[in-house]
Amino acid sequence: MSFRHKHIIALRDLNKEEIELLISTAESMREINERDIKKVPTLRGKTIINLFYESSTRTRTSFELAAKRLSADTINISPSTSSATKGETLADTALNLLAMKPDIIIMRHAVSGSHYFLANKVSCSLINAGDGAHEHPSQGLLDMLTMKDRFGRLDGLKVAIVGDITHSRVARSNIQGLTKLGSSVFVAGPPTMVPPGVERLGNVTVCTTMKEAIQDADVVMMLRIQQERQGKTLMPNTREYSRYFGLNPVNLKLAKPGAMVMHPGPINRGVEMSSYVVDGDQSHILRQVENGVAVRMAMLYHVSGGGSVE
Amino acid sequence: MNLLIKGGRVIDPTQQFDEVQDVLVEDGIIKQVGKNLAAPANTETIDAAGCYVTPGLIDMHVHLRDPGLEYKEDIVSGTLAAVAGGFTSVCCMPNTKPVIDNKAVASYIINKAKTEGFCNVFPVGTITQGMGGERLSEMGELKETGCVAVSDDGKPVRNAELMRRALQYAKGIGIMVISHAEDLDLVGEGTMNEGFTSTELGLKGIPRIAEDIATAREVMLAEYTGAPVHIAHVSTKGSVRIIREAKARGVAVTCESAPHYFTLTDDAVRGYNTNAKMNPPLREADDVAAIKEGLRDGTIDCIATDHAPHHLDEKDVEFNEAMNGIVGLETSLPLALRLVAEGVLTLPQMVERMAVNPALILGLGRGTLKAGAPADITVIDPDKQWTVTPEGLRSKSKNSPFLGQTMKGGARFTIVGGRVVFGKQ
Repeated sequence: MSFRHKHIIALRDLNKEEIELLISTAESMREINERDIKKVPTLRGKTIINLFYESSTRTRTSFELAAKRLSADTINISPSTSSATKGETLADTALNLLAMKPDIIIMRHAVSGSHYFLANKVSCSLINAGDGAHEHPSQGLLDMLTMKDRFGRLDGLKVAIVGDITHSRVARSNIQGLTKLGSSVFVAGPPTMVPPGVERLGNVTVCTTMKEAIQDADVVMMLRIQQERQGKTLMPNTREYSRYFGLNPVNLKLAKPGAMVMHPGPINRGVEMSSYVVDGDQSHILRQVENGVAVRMAMLYHVSGGGSVE
Repeated sequence: MNLLIKGGRVIDPTQQFDEVQDVLVEDGIIKQVGKNLAAPANTETIDAAGCYVTPGLIDMHVHLRDPGLEYKEDIVSGTLAAVAGGFTSVCCMPNTKPVIDNKAVASYIINKAKTEGFCNVFPVGTITQGMGGERLSEMGELKETGCVAVSDDGKPVRNAELMRRALQYAKGIGIMVISHAEDLDLVGEGTMNEGFTSTELGLKGIPRIAEDIATAREVMLAEYTGAPVHIAHVSTKGSVRIIREAKARGVAVTCESAPHYFTLTDDAVRGYNTNAKMNPPLREADDVAAIKEGLRDGTIDCIATDHAPHHLDEKDVEFNEAMNGIVGLETSLPLALRLVAEGVLTLPQMVERMAVNPALILGLGRGTLKAGAPADITVIDPDKQWTVTPEGLRSKSKNSPFLGQTMKGGARFTIVGGRVVFGKQ
């Protein structure tokens, strides 16, 4: 099958087959990253702009490497070096960049839905590298690829997602993708961090305790907890948060033997996860990062219209 | 110049009229309503066959943006939009630049409306000086100048003690206080209704209790002080219930809701549609049902648009950055007529909510076709089919969630003080 989308903004917009295609393409891309010369000419002559309105190390680097390994030309723009500091609107910035004929703009933005807003204005492809609390499709895809590596399938899995669901675009993309592929998601967090109606987003069960969510789970995905974002009203402090919603070697035993531990990063060691778990045998956190490059190569490849990969 | 409006279905709840009659206007005043009236000499005749003839519609909640924000709207464009929508009077909110907290600004509006406007404009002054929420404004002088109410619309009066004193003081002067009832702490950084849709779109939610709690506070303050209060733009099921119960206890509370709250749910935000972003936000289906029920049983006294023009540059942006509010003057009447078609309201009830009650609540001396009243009359063509387009809207701003939609019904003639200001033959 071919990929019919010009943009990748949300896994909600993709069907099961399209998600599977992206994941299987990523599996084949992975081999390139193992080569001595990690470069194929697939996107030679294409120009890709990384436009990051929010800080990022992992995602930006990963997209840049993905583009370079496919031989595209890439440039990075972040607000501190752009016209945003001079009061230029997002639309104007995008239109000015567009005038320089990029093929793909990869954008991260703090406002949910910004990519849909821009999609009505630009003629190039847009890839969402995270928008507000809405979606982070490349993260969702790389998480699923990492699960597939471990289980060989993506249906029938019990995936626990623990933390601040309300503000998590990672949670939303995983819920959309995992539901479409036939797995079930159990979310847990303080009720102040569980948004209304989240169970209607897909095959989602809301748990009041962490124990309930991770019991017999195949995957335990922990979300980053940020004192600055959660403010003063969502939790007393990170100490108490960690006591009830932190993952440690003891409560990890509730999950299935050999259950995967995942985290989108960056980790607050000792808050949402103890270092014993982060660095333990069940942790797939670095594998997630590794898969990120392949997944992003697959995304760039498909929005560019496919073609041959040597 | 005299006027005879012939053959229309005259609907005037203040006289229990709902039958085909003629309306004779002399020197800007209603002279007579009756069957088969003869046209005196020098009288223009208007054929209203197939139309409804009602007291001129009154929108008690609009933003004309003049002075200071004329790039969005001004008194000329705003009143043109009003008469095109069938309104003969509008009450304009004080969040202009500068705000209407003194005689000079109020006089400017009144004078400009008289000389350049198309309909009656009644300014609403502020509750507090500079809308700062600290000190009461000079409500006495504002009233003397022509303000018909006070409100810090758009900015709730946070301090309950200050609101209590505002209600007491305003009662002494005889001016209505209109409350923008929202608890700002609960609103937080929300940009749409809190519910499933906000969860799916990843947008910060504004819970319904933000409005309910503030409405309850205003009701309790009104009950305690014995002073009247009018709640603006009611959007939630909870507010309707609180106001219904208060009215049953005899509390002097009145309220309004806007056409978008009985027409749309927060589903309209999908696609991050900034023309569906307003404050209070669009709610859910059970709220829409409650607003309709409130309009039907009289808990909600008025339909007011909260006409809030914003420039394209303020709406064609990322969702969080977009300004709150939509234009409503030109779509209010057909949306209210939908309620009639659905059987929620009878035509006389619709006229009460859109003309009679606003006039009574604010003491405008209008909203009736009784002999001797100012000849403010709306002739409504119930069959007029039209499509909402940016080019078609008279308002300077085009921020309507109804763009592209077909409307049924609208003003055929709008008559202000005996002058046909819209729909000239």
